[in-house]
Amino acid sequence: MKKWLLGLTHSRRAGTLVGLFLLGALLSALTPFFLTRSNLMNVMEQTAINAVIAVGMTFVILSAGIDLSVGSITALSGVVLANRLQAGWGMAPSLVAGVAIGALCGLLSGLLITRGRLPPFIATLGMMSMARGAALLFTDGRPISGFEESLRFLSTGRIAGIPVPVLLTVVLYALAIVLLNRTRFGRYVYAIGGNEEATRLSGVAVGFHKTLVYVLSGVTAALASILLTARLNSAQPIAGMMYELDAIAAVVIGGTSLTGGLGTLGGTLIGALTMGVLRNGLNLLGISSFLQQIVIGFVIIVAVLTDSLVKSKRR
Amino acid sequence: MNAPTPILRMTGVSKSFPGVVALDGVDLDLMAGEVHILLGENGAGKSTLMKILSGAQALDGGEILIDGKTAAIGSPKAARELGISIIYQELTLVPQLSAPANIFLGKEPTTPLGLLDEGAMKERARALLDALGVVVDLEDPVGTLGVAEQQMIEVAKALSENARILVMDEPTSALTSSEIDQLFAAMARLLERGVGIIYISHRMNEVERVGHRVSVLRDGRKVGTYRAGEVTIDELIRLMVGRPVGDHFPRRRAPPGAEVLRVSGLSRRGALRDISFSLRRGEIVGISGLLGAGRTELARAIFGADRPDEGAVDVKGKAGLVRSPAAAIEAGLGLLPEDRKTQGLVLALSVRENLTLTSVKRLSRLGLIDRAREASLSQRYVDDLRIRTPGIEQRAGALSGGNQQKIVLGKWLATGVDVLIMDEPTRGIDVAAKVEIYELMNRLTADGAGILMISSELPEVLGMSDRILVMRGGSVVAEFVSANATQEILLGAALGQAS
Repeated sequence: MKKWLLGLTHSRRAGTLVGLFLLGALLSALTPFFLTRSNLMNVMEQTAINAVIAVGMTFVILSAGIDLSVGSITALSGVVLANRLQAGWGMAPSLVAGVAIGALCGLLSGLLITRGRLPPFIATLGMMSMARGAALLFTDGRPISGFEESLRFLSTGRIAGIPVPVLLTVVLYALAIVLLNRTRFGRYVYAIGGNEEATRLSGVAVGFHKTLVYVLSGVTAALASILLTARLNSAQPIAGMMYELDAIAAVVIGGTSLTGGLGTLGGTLIGALTMGVLRNGLNLLGISSFLQQIVIGFVIIVAVLTDSLVKSKRR
Repeated sequence: MNAPTPILRMTGVSKSFPGVVALDGVDLDLMAGEVHILLGENGAGKSTLMKILSGAQALDGGEILIDGKTAAIGSPKAARELGISIIYQELTLVPQLSAPANIFLGKEPTTPLGLLDEGAMKERARALLDALGVVVDLEDPVGTLGVAEQQMIEVAKALSENARILVMDEPTSALTSSEIDQLFAAMARLLERGVGIIYISHRMNEVERVGHRVSVLRDGRKVGTYRAGEVTIDELIRLMVGRPVGDHFPRRRAPPGAEVLRVSGLSRRGALRDISFSLRRGEIVGISGLLGAGRTELARAIFGADRPDEGAVDVKGKAGLVRSPAAAIEAGLGLLPEDRKTQGLVLALSVRENLTLTSVKRLSRLGLIDRAREASLSQRYVDDLRIRTPGIEQRAGALSGGNQQKIVLGKWLATGVDVLIMDEPTRGIDVAAKVEIYELMNRLTADGAGILMISSELPEVLGMSDRILVMRGGSVVAEFVSANATQEILLGAALGQAS
């Protein structure tokens, strides 16, 4: 019994990993440009932003919630960061300002959900619109560009030959995995998603921890905005459109249950990479972006369908 | 004159579940135009019988005859086609829809164009409700109507399916006395139309008021069927409980110590009325009463899971009211909830994670969980409580009920409670695991904890408690030293019969 249960969760992730490798092998066969060092680095750089947002989204979905506001928060944090840089605050204070605004948005969503008892879907839908509006209002709808060189380093810099965004993503995942698997907070996220009432009756401050989850999601969205702003060398109030859906897709492809309580960050990383490889490969193959959308949607559905079919068969 | 054929006859009906014989060769019949009352304690087999009639569960043995012909009730749909309809205690209406929409849900008449024929629905609903003598506004959402009216709509729904055998499960439990009159009047009209009613109730006075015959179930067997008036209420109560109290209750009483919990004047609107009692170290206080008497509500209010309106809960002499489960645990309370699957465990998490959910705070430094200590603590409780699991990483949902209950118990042992509130601690677990749970209760009290045990099983209450409180209608109506109590006395008090 234990073996197949463990096997199921492991094989679920292994399955996603196998899928990713098969996809890579297929693309290598189809185009000589895929399996090159520069292209693989490219894929990882492009994946970084989605992977970073998906960290917070994993916590949210594990707690049986959803966060639709992350794309808008990415835009708002980006313009706040850019504005502060241009105001001459310097790197570190500006970055803190950008992250703080993301945390604040998350806090607001979290309080609406826990104190106001709003469904997460509604609270973050409202936040999605408000953060977007705030970004547009703040910039009067215009992009902010032209920063000091040190910000560019976050995008184009390399340490030991590895692009800085990739390095930062790896560090973030390492920290987040410790947070999720080794701390009380992480334990409570799983427990709340698995059975909120039992967790409450076990004396866990459910509202507090749920709020924290949305703060975390706001923070990772803000971190993604740093990478995005550095890469574009510009902050745009219309940035990050649909990023929430990419992040949800990465989490779900990675095997996390939308009903909460089950899933891993490792799975999410694989999910984000799968989407990145897919996009990159389709571009290399010269497939139209319209068709790409269909293919990506198809892959999301197949990944989750396989999962639910396997589960119902075992039942 | 030949006796008329019963519309329903059940012979030798049996049903077992793993570890439990729920029904053992039960014979029961129902005549047209008759109210046949079914009595029995919680767990006597009434609900299993009802589930078999409703087609929700298949019988293992025996036969069901309808109008003298063998009938197979393979599904709820088959039951409806045979004219059997069940009115559950929990009404099954859609509160937002009107009475006609509810009555014809799933079988709506349509116009030739395929649109809903609202006129026909209303007209037929009106006719059905008129026949029951009920006047309700057919436009209103049924959720805005009274409970009795909603019940009538359920009955009308049954009639719209040409039900002739009606099973009613404690239909008066939520009604006021004038609503009860209304219900009984409607039932009388049904009987005139040749409907037979199996009426399940805990209210003894209803036996004489509406019943023609009464059958008593006990431990899955039928004790007997009597004409109403042929047996007294006292006799019926004795028949309901009349099994010897076995000594599979290994209670070792410890001399009670200092007071550890004092509840005074606890009230909560619609649930609890002015409840006061105290609990001492080493003591088990049993809380007896029928379903809906307010026992679980009391447990939740003491534990801070629901906020009481008035009253105080003092733990270890510290005055005050427990404001949240977190505060309750801080004060030294623990709660083994009524439903371990929805309230006690996180089924998707491992045995280890469930066992340490309440104590993980102590096992971590700077928020980081000390995995080695956590694993050794969980392993210790698995060994100590003899939780049968392949290992501490097993998913809690994959274990049996008894082992799951031990995990919930272990969770509280790991935090070190002074007062443990146990709500139906042995519900749905097999006899061997029950005895193990009782032994753990002994150990807890020997170590100086006090236990508040809610139980619907009278032998368990008598066998394990030192004192017993009986609840009815949200109040404590009687208190006994368990040596002086019997099942008859407890049930009598729970039913509101002076005996």
